[in-house]
Amino acid sequence: MTQPANSRPMISLQSVSKRFGNFAAVDSATFDIAPGEFFSLLGPSGCGKTTLLRMIGGFERQSEGDILIDGEPMGIRPPNQRPTNMVFQSYAIFPHLDIAENIAYGLVNRGFDKATISKKVAQALEMVRLGGLGNRRTNQISGGQRQRVALARAIVCEPKVLLLDEPLGALDKKLREEMQIELRQLQKSLGITFIFVTHDQEEALSLSDRIAVMARGQVLQIDTATALYERPNCREVAGFIGNMNFFEGRISSVANGVAAIEIGPGQHVRVAASGSSAPGQVAILAIRPEKIDAAATMPQGNGSISANVIKARALAGSYLGDRSLILAEWREGTAPVSVSLQNRKAQIGAETFAAEAPIWLTWPVEAGVLLNN
Amino acid sequence: METLRKHCTLLSLFAVLYLAFLYVPVLLLPLFSFNDNIYVTLPLKGFTLKWYENLLANSSLQAAIWASIKVGVGVASISTVLGLMAARAMTRYRLPFRRSIYALIMLPLVIPYMVIGVSSLVILRRALDVDLSLWTVGLSHVLITVPLSMLVLMARMEGFDRSLEEASRDLGDSAWTSFRRVTLPLVMPGIVSSLLLCFITSFDEYLLAFFLAGSETTLPIFIFGSLRFPAKIPDVLALGSLILMVSIVLVVFAEWLRRRGVAGSDSSVI
Repeated sequence: MTQPANSRPMISLQSVSKRFGNFAAVDSATFDIAPGEFFSLLGPSGCGKTTLLRMIGGFERQSEGDILIDGEPMGIRPPNQRPTNMVFQSYAIFPHLDIAENIAYGLVNRGFDKATISKKVAQALEMVRLGGLGNRRTNQISGGQRQRVALARAIVCEPKVLLLDEPLGALDKKLREEMQIELRQLQKSLGITFIFVTHDQEEALSLSDRIAVMARGQVLQIDTATALYERPNCREVAGFIGNMNFFEGRISSVANGVAAIEIGPGQHVRVAASGSSAPGQVAILAIRPEKIDAAATMPQGNGSISANVIKARALAGSYLGDRSLILAEWREGTAPVSVSLQNRKAQIGAETFAAEAPIWLTWPVEAGVLLNN
Repeated sequence: METLRKHCTLLSLFAVLYLAFLYVPVLLLPLFSFNDNIYVTLPLKGFTLKWYENLLANSSLQAAIWASIKVGVGVASISTVLGLMAARAMTRYRLPFRRSIYALIMLPLVIPYMVIGVSSLVILRRALDVDLSLWTVGLSHVLITVPLSMLVLMARMEGFDRSLEEASRDLGDSAWTSFRRVTLPLVMPGIVSSLLLCFITSFDEYLLAFFLAGSETTLPIFIFGSLRFPAKIPDVLALGSLILMVSIVLVVFAEWLRRRGVAGSDSSVI
């Protein structure tokens, strides 16, 4: 370890697995989370993200591997001996205590005197904008307020890491968006490491410094929102984050860092090659709907090496106000290609392309992503 | 429309008859306990308190009441503690053979008391050579009340969010502190119900007490004994009325406690 102390990761997962018989809920997760990072675990339900979070918090015991928090191996320490606090999906507000007593719950265990506790509770209430509601019963406040009580109750304990298990899942859309902004501001001002579990990709993309995309217990890719969207490392990540078109085929040639993929008889598309690209390999070209341009006539400069051109047949178009979505089929039996066009000019839109009419799809070589599986 | 109305009247009639069947005998008890007649027949003769006075003078009756209360309180406490532990194990841990264990604990509910009584008698006297006493009665009552307690408390334990207990661990509680600060206050209504249910079950249980009390007398044994003498029947009526009154007070108190527990704040937890 030659790293200086101040760049030591806050969380270090070392081959952490959770197995139930032959089934791996989490399969050998190994990655680090930096201090002060807003880190999201994103994936469909059942992908192991909550299990991983609960292992970090000490609510589940890992079958293999270890978790280091701030350099300390956690082993099988119970939750009360870890420098983490959790905001539960159901909020887990104690119904037999009032709001202030809920927030004071963890402070009592830390041996503060009564005056200090009530001061800290008042500060925490102010911080989550619940000032003056300390004496309310838990059934006298709204869902959004309950969420804030859960947040205040965890933060007031000054954890090194705050664990959030889909905390916004139960809120309606408007409240959700408000809370997202508040969460992000709170995290920035406190500097605490947040680990945030969600199945909502928009939420993860807009909040996080980095995101781990999980599926079937595997961590598929860990990256920033931009990198995940622009440079997914596999078909699953590409398909899970946003919409993606896939062209499958074999690499026919690699030249000047550009691979040509034969996706149909005589039909080639080009994409930036990866280091291991070689002719004959099975490959997939992935391209986002908004990166494709569509035209009703054959574009000029067809055949230039800077753009891919595919002739297709328009299937359906829908006008969505700011943009139009067009589905086109370039070869029978393949999934239709979706194209998203910004409606900058009045005439460009779904109605421009009559159903069954020919349509030319073009995109720059650098807009696509080469995937191996 | 017409048939519907007929249906309703029939149903109401049924409801009234049903309630009468349930409660009229119970209401007759206090009525005849003030009646100045050895025989329990109508018409009523005159008002008297002498049956109640007899109770005050009857020391063997008082001993029997006291014995039943002692056994009942002991049984209620022990069964509720055991039931609480069993309910926690059943609802909070992945036990091996969970279903079999559950079935074994519940079994005494469906075994005839006659069988439990005879087999307990054989084991206690023949195999273990234990002298029969209130202790042996209590032991058998624990056997039959633990399943009741476990049922009541399991329902309560399953009724609240498990993450409440996890949250308290997360906020620094040890396993025991978490149980004391979160689990216990939340299952308290169940504990009160369990205590009452076990006490009442033990208090009026006759068969097992008859087999296992030896020379001791519990209240049900005393009452059955008294019924053989017609002259003592009014005493039994007076006694029954008193027990009825105490039961009502107890149930009202328990309900009041339960509602207070739901609505009120418990700041002693902090």
